Amino acid sequence: MKRIEAVNDFVIKFANVNGSGSASANELFAKAIMRMGVPVAPRNIFPSNIQGLPTWYEARVCEKGYSGRRGGVDMMVAMNPQTWDGDVAEIEAGGYLFYDSTRPMPASKFRSDVHVIGVPLTEITNATYTDPRQRQLFKNIIYVGALSVLLDVDAAVFEKLFAEQYKGKERLLDSNVKALHLGRDYVKTHLGGAIGIRVEKRDNVGEQILIDGNTAVGLGMVYGGATVAAWYPITPSTSVAEAFQKYCDKFRVDPASGRQNYAIVQAEDELASIGMVVGAGWNGARAFTATSGPGVSLMTEFIGLAYFAEIPVTIVDVQRGGPSTGMPTRTQQSDLFAAAYASHGDTKHVLLFPQDPHECFVHAAAALDLADRLQTPVFVMTDLDIGMNQRLCKPFAWDDSKQYDRGKVMTAEELEAGKDFGRYKDVDGDGIPWRTLPGTHPTKGSYFTRGTTRDPYARYSERGPDYIYNMERLRRKFKTAGTLVPQPEVKHATQKTKFGVIYFGSTTPAMHEALEVLEEGGIHLDAMRLCAFPFPDSVPEFIAAHDKVFVVEQNCDAQMRSMLINELEINPAQLVKVIHYDGTPITARFITRAIRDILQPAQAAQQKEAA
Amino acid sequence: MTWITKPKLHHPTLTKNKVGYTRRDYEGRISTLCAGCGHDSISAAIIQACWELDIQPHRVAKLSGIGCSSKTPDYFLGASHGFNTVHGRMPSVLTGANLANRDLLYLGVSGDGDSASIGLGQFANAMRRGVRMAYIVENNGVYGLTKGQFSATADRGSKSKKGVVNSDSPVDLVGLALQLGATYVARSFSGDKEQLVPLIKGAMEHGGAAFIDVISPCVTFNNHAGSTKSYDYVREHNDAVSRIDFITSRDEITTSYAPGELVEVPQHDGTTLRLRKLHQEYDPTDRLAAMTYMHKQQARGEIVTGLLYVDPLATDLHTALNTSEHALNSFNAAQLCPGSKALEKINAALR
Repeated sequence: MKRIEAVNDFVIKFANVNGSGSASANELFAKAIMRMGVPVAPRNIFPSNIQGLPTWYEARVCEKGYSGRRGGVDMMVAMNPQTWDGDVAEIEAGGYLFYDSTRPMPASKFRSDVHVIGVPLTEITNATYTDPRQRQLFKNIIYVGALSVLLDVDAAVFEKLFAEQYKGKERLLDSNVKALHLGRDYVKTHLGGAIGIRVEKRDNVGEQILIDGNTAVGLGMVYGGATVAAWYPITPSTSVAEAFQKYCDKFRVDPASGRQNYAIVQAEDELASIGMVVGAGWNGARAFTATSGPGVSLMTEFIGLAYFAEIPVTIVDVQRGGPSTGMPTRTQQSDLFAAAYASHGDTKHVLLFPQDPHECFVHAAAALDLADRLQTPVFVMTDLDIGMNQRLCKPFAWDDSKQYDRGKVMTAEELEAGKDFGRYKDVDGDGIPWRTLPGTHPTKGSYFTRGTTRDPYARYSERGPDYIYNMERLRRKFKTAGTLVPQPEVKHATQKTKFGVIYFGSTTPAMHEALEVLEEGGIHLDAMRLCAFPFPDSVPEFIAAHDKVFVVEQNCDAQMRSMLINELEINPAQLVKVIHYDGTPITARFITRAIRDILQPAQAAQQKEAA
Repeated sequence: MTWITKPKLHHPTLTKNKVGYTRRDYEGRISTLCAGCGHDSISAAIIQACWELDIQPHRVAKLSGIGCSSKTPDYFLGASHGFNTVHGRMPSVLTGANLANRDLLYLGVSGDGDSASIGLGQFANAMRRGVRMAYIVENNGVYGLTKGQFSATADRGSKSKKGVVNSDSPVDLVGLALQLGATYVARSFSGDKEQLVPLIKGAMEHGGAAFIDVISPCVTFNNHAGSTKSYDYVREHNDAVSRIDFITSRDEITTSYAPGELVEVPQHDGTTLRLRKLHQEYDPTDRLAAMTYMHKQQARGEIVTGLLYVDPLATDLHTALNTSEHALNSFNAAQLCPGSKALEKINAALR
């Protein structure tokens, strides 16, 4: 029988039951590999459920550092009888099936082309522990111990992790170490050690950190100076607000008074949460909300108000599968239209597309600056894949000399000195007007904010020329936004090419991997990663410099492609869609195949025939 | 509405209050509402109340939703910042504004169409949270701008101008405010300025969520026979439980009352609410009794007005959240950003 042989390059998948405590054991496993100096990319595949339904944890171990999902499974840790058949079927030929062999399984339940590794986990736990909860939790640690021998990971790495985690809780530390060795000893005694896939020590992790995007956004909001957060629970964004709360508790409580230099409100719904953010932004506090697609739908009226009344607002949209309730626990990039053109009338909004948790931190803080500078809603468009999965990424950095950009806020002194104040007047030519905060001056600078049209001095007006002045100024402001947002990044192919590819956000790691694979196969592509909307001038220039540009995205309607066509008046024939939208994170294999099928149809057909 | 622009110049003899403003300094633009609209009387009462309270106009933030009532913040306190938000959502915007700067006074103006139907959820939750504000509903039981449809506060059996009889039960905002934890609850009538001005003053100075339901007849669409929100109907059925005076710490108490007639409620900020009870047995600090009395009278077709309930020890959302005594919008990067050293530690824990 074929045996998959791989060092530091494999996918291991854990099939568990939701609520069984497997998450922390699996995370421990991933962290141990990272401590071996080998990059690892873990992903949760979980149901909309609290307890009982199947849940999976898939870790891609890859010394080259590819962090996109690979597809395929080399080793399955099958801990859930409910999903056994599907889990076994998913293993690549020559791969490994690890299971709890306490109860005998009929031969028909196995595959002849897969190596089976049975460890009587329940028997070992039952012999050692009496408390049912302990049995359940330590069974997880025991399988991690067994795997550590099979994959050749040092016990010392785990022991150090336990020591850090249970510092000062010696009893917990000892019992975890004991459980780990129960698993290790069984494999050593009965199975004879390592298998064909192994982890070997490397130094490929470096300074990188392992963190999820939602936590990074919460931290970025603290660093960026948000003081008001209003939110409503919705998967997969909830942990953004929770992380903000956690870091505020740590960093924002005044040591002298014990009082909070922040306010977090769990609102009654998304309408109220965005309303509070609009009110706080109007009144000069940096404020944000975090939500997902259904929440954006509910917030749309307020987003239109904030756009037209020109109020700084920051919205984090952790995208999930739509439309409607859609796939609440699966990932997509399908809220582009909903966010970019939210609300009735002619509206357009600024979107940022972070590629990983590091950029979630950077973009969160940047969004607060941009919202203040541009006096408009700014969206941070992450998704479930980045938001709820830990990812190895560049460490966070902050320049202590940085001041917040509060934008054009007229002070009492300026008003007193007689500076002309027209709330909706373009005095600097960039479309951005000056604003005053409530309570600034006893007699000057007050105005009545409203969603109705007005003249440059904020007086109610439905006169055509006043309306056009305002709309043209808003267009100018949007143009200015294109120069202030994070700019696209271009990676040139190793040789001159007439083909390009455009991608953004969580597609990035799979795309980078695909570029390398395609290059090895003789397909050369110049690549542009979009970091924001509106599109800066470099985007149409990039498209114009190529005959065909692939637009790779994770939604069904090729929304980014439409936005490029719509905003830049690109000939649709020039932009080729590559779409992935089944709710799983896009893979390099998928992108490679899609692009190859288009550029080398003859070769692709031959390959099909051969297969 | 009137098209006569008031002259900007003030007469030199106009009386100034303790902060140096005349009553005219609290006015706004010319109203665009119908002549005789109850809402204009409420605007006048707000102007009077703020002038008498010696509030600097720019220290008030006035917020509203959508509708006739929600247009009125343009017609008073012209030196204040105002925000005409979206339909029914004023409470959330006011909540956020209040969180950003606790140093201003927040005045929320809404209507029955705005607060009792589309905005009922936000109304309820702002009351629950105890957002410090004076929340005034200008209640006429009818949609004016869209020409006379019933609103959710229209009484069952009330007749529209076109002769349609309302078959739905009314939303009772005062009852809801009491039940949801508002700490200052009053009802008044736009045609009774003597009652309304001190009620607004009490609400503006209150330490928590203050709500005033002001019956404000719509002269164009709901002032006919058969309407329960007309001037005539309200005058005939007005059952005032109290008259209040609002006494700031600086004022001298001069008038004397018979024992038992007067209740003095000291406020958190040193001011005093003095209630002249019109019903001997009425206790305005008993939430349950207030609800019972109101429901009893309502069943008889009477409209209970006056200060129905007040909690002198009211606290607000800032107290619950333990937020800084300084306005959150006043902090800078040095105060808000934990800095690069703290970030290094976070990085180290993530490796």
